[in-house]
Amino acid sequence: MPPERLLELDDVQVHFPLREGLVKAVNGVSYHVNKGEVLGIVGESGSGKSITARAIMRLLPKRAVAAGGSIRLRPRTGEEFELSALDRNSRAIRQVRGQHIGMVFQEPMTALSPVHTIGTQIMRTVQLHKGLNRADARARAIDLLAKVQMPRPSEMVDAYPHQLSGGMRQRAMIALAISCDPSLLIADEPTTALDVTTEAQILELLKQLQSEMGMAIIFITHNFGVIADIADRVSVMYLGRIVETATVDDIFYAPKHPYTKALLRSIPRLGVDQGRRLPTIPGMVPDPFSVPPGCAFNPRCTYARPGICDVTTPPAKHFGNQISRCHFAEKLAEEHAHV
Amino acid sequence: MVAFILRRALLAIPTLIFISFISFVIIQLPPGDYVSAYAAELRRMGDYISPLQEAAMREQLGLNDPMLVQYWRWISAIVLRGDFGYSLDWNAPVSNLIWDRLGLTLMISSASLVITWLIAIPVGVYSATRQYSFLDYLFTVFGFLGKGVPDFLLALVLMWLSFSYLNLNVGGLFSPEFQNAPWTLAKVWDLATHLWIPLVVLATGGAAGLIRVMRANMLDELGKPYVETAYAQGLSEGKVVWGYPVRVALNPFISTVGWALPALFSGDIIVAVVLNLPTTGPLLLQALKMQDMYLAGSFILILSVFTVIGTLISDILLAWFDPRIRYA
Repeated sequence: MPPERLLELDDVQVHFPLREGLVKAVNGVSYHVNKGEVLGIVGESGSGKSITARAIMRLLPKRAVAAGGSIRLRPRTGEEFELSALDRNSRAIRQVRGQHIGMVFQEPMTALSPVHTIGTQIMRTVQLHKGLNRADARARAIDLLAKVQMPRPSEMVDAYPHQLSGGMRQRAMIALAISCDPSLLIADEPTTALDVTTEAQILELLKQLQSEMGMAIIFITHNFGVIADIADRVSVMYLGRIVETATVDDIFYAPKHPYTKALLRSIPRLGVDQGRRLPTIPGMVPDPFSVPPGCAFNPRCTYARPGICDVTTPPAKHFGNQISRCHFAEKLAEEHAHV
Repeated sequence: MVAFILRRALLAIPTLIFISFISFVIIQLPPGDYVSAYAAELRRMGDYISPLQEAAMREQLGLNDPMLVQYWRWISAIVLRGDFGYSLDWNAPVSNLIWDRLGLTLMISSASLVITWLIAIPVGVYSATRQYSFLDYLFTVFGFLGKGVPDFLLALVLMWLSFSYLNLNVGGLFSPEFQNAPWTLAKVWDLATHLWIPLVVLATGGAAGLIRVMRANMLDELGKPYVETAYAQGLSEGKVVWGYPVRVALNPFISTVGWALPALFSGDIIVAVVLNLPTTGPLLLQALKMQDMYLAGSFILILSVFTVIGTLISDILLAWFDPRIRYA
């Protein structure tokens, strides 16, 4: 791995062998995260973005099979972990979880233990990884709550999750995730369950923490607006594959995959196309048992050409730092040159 | 927390008063009374008392007084002097009869309760965390067998097995030679050889049901996001399972632990009768059969009071265990 690399995924496969057939929920995903950068992952429900994050944490559901690929992590401490080789309950992965990688979940209502105070939950983590005694761990928990701008942290440390509002719970969740200064924070739709005002505050907090602590973030969402706000680079996922990866500017101003383009067109904008129907992507996301052959997006794609797109899986095409998996990526690139 | 306990304890007082009143009405309900039962008893033995004498006795015992006065006399004797009245059938004070048997009853019932929990909780947790594994299926089969086989049948089979193959004296809690002997090591050992049958019988029945409950509760909890959060902190599987979902899955157990209190007192009546155990259960059955009204009434009262106290204990335990209840 190059020296600036923190995390590298190469051809990761996660399969679910079900009675109805084999579901390739993650089908050859490769991406990387550099130290201190924010990678946004966008995709519809079921595109495999959360499962990929679970594969990094080795927290896949029991039915899932990690069918291949490699995941490597090199946190601040310099040691290198081959995460893909680690067992779900191995000592090594338990060192990584919570210590090198923190995780923030979607549902702040249910993601914290209802029968422990938020302080206890944070203290358990810092006691486990930092070897602090109770008093020091408690002091650190209060510091962390102050850091995530929890009001009255020295009182809130003894509060139970049900006594807090959704936004405060998500702050507590973030405090828990960053409690051991992780090199990487995985945020799995952390603002989806919150109202927009709270969402803006949480995003602001994450950006601030990221610059203060210099950690990298993988930010999973289905909201392009959020991505534009927080991400440095973006990967777009569709049906278990990454179709396009680029800097946030290139994704928004020079997308080189028809799916990215179509998604961006379907976002409402102020002052543009007023009074007209918002364009949508034709068709539906296919069910996971019958993923189309070739490019999975071809039945819904306006660029698709029979004989090519429904036969061969498009290779990854590089345009500088932009990667697109489309047979006609060059054509899309030219279109932008003319605009 | 203190306010919560005080509030609950104060609420229990009117409930207790109401229950004692109902218990008294119930023991008055059967036709006839102490005197007519006493007269019938005398007639059966060839003796005779005149209706005049009967009336005098009624007057003397205060049976002609209004119900409320009688109730007050009954309840004040219980509350002030611990006097539960007199058992016709046994010709002895009710309190003596009950307290004599209470020690053994409590011992057997609490031992079987502890064994039930010691079996049911770990097995239920294992079954849930290793769902559809070989052992899970095995425990499921044993669970349904244990639930399906009636306790008294299991008791009979065990008695027969230990009598014909192990040559043990079965039934009761002591061999005849130790029945009235003072406590010695030999007597304790004799008790142990008798005690295992009721304990096995009572624990299998109880554990079989609780395993299913614990397994179902755990399966509900294991799928919740906070469990994944705990794993994501780097805690080991054992620490996650026992520290988080088990804590939550135990709540339904705790909310019913108070009901164990009246059950401890009455014991399992059928098993106790089959095994000829000197516990309170057979005493209650006998009292009901013989219309021994003060004994039966006192039983009903004590059972009801234990239920109220047990519920109070459950509420307090649950509030102590689950913050969502305490602060709601």
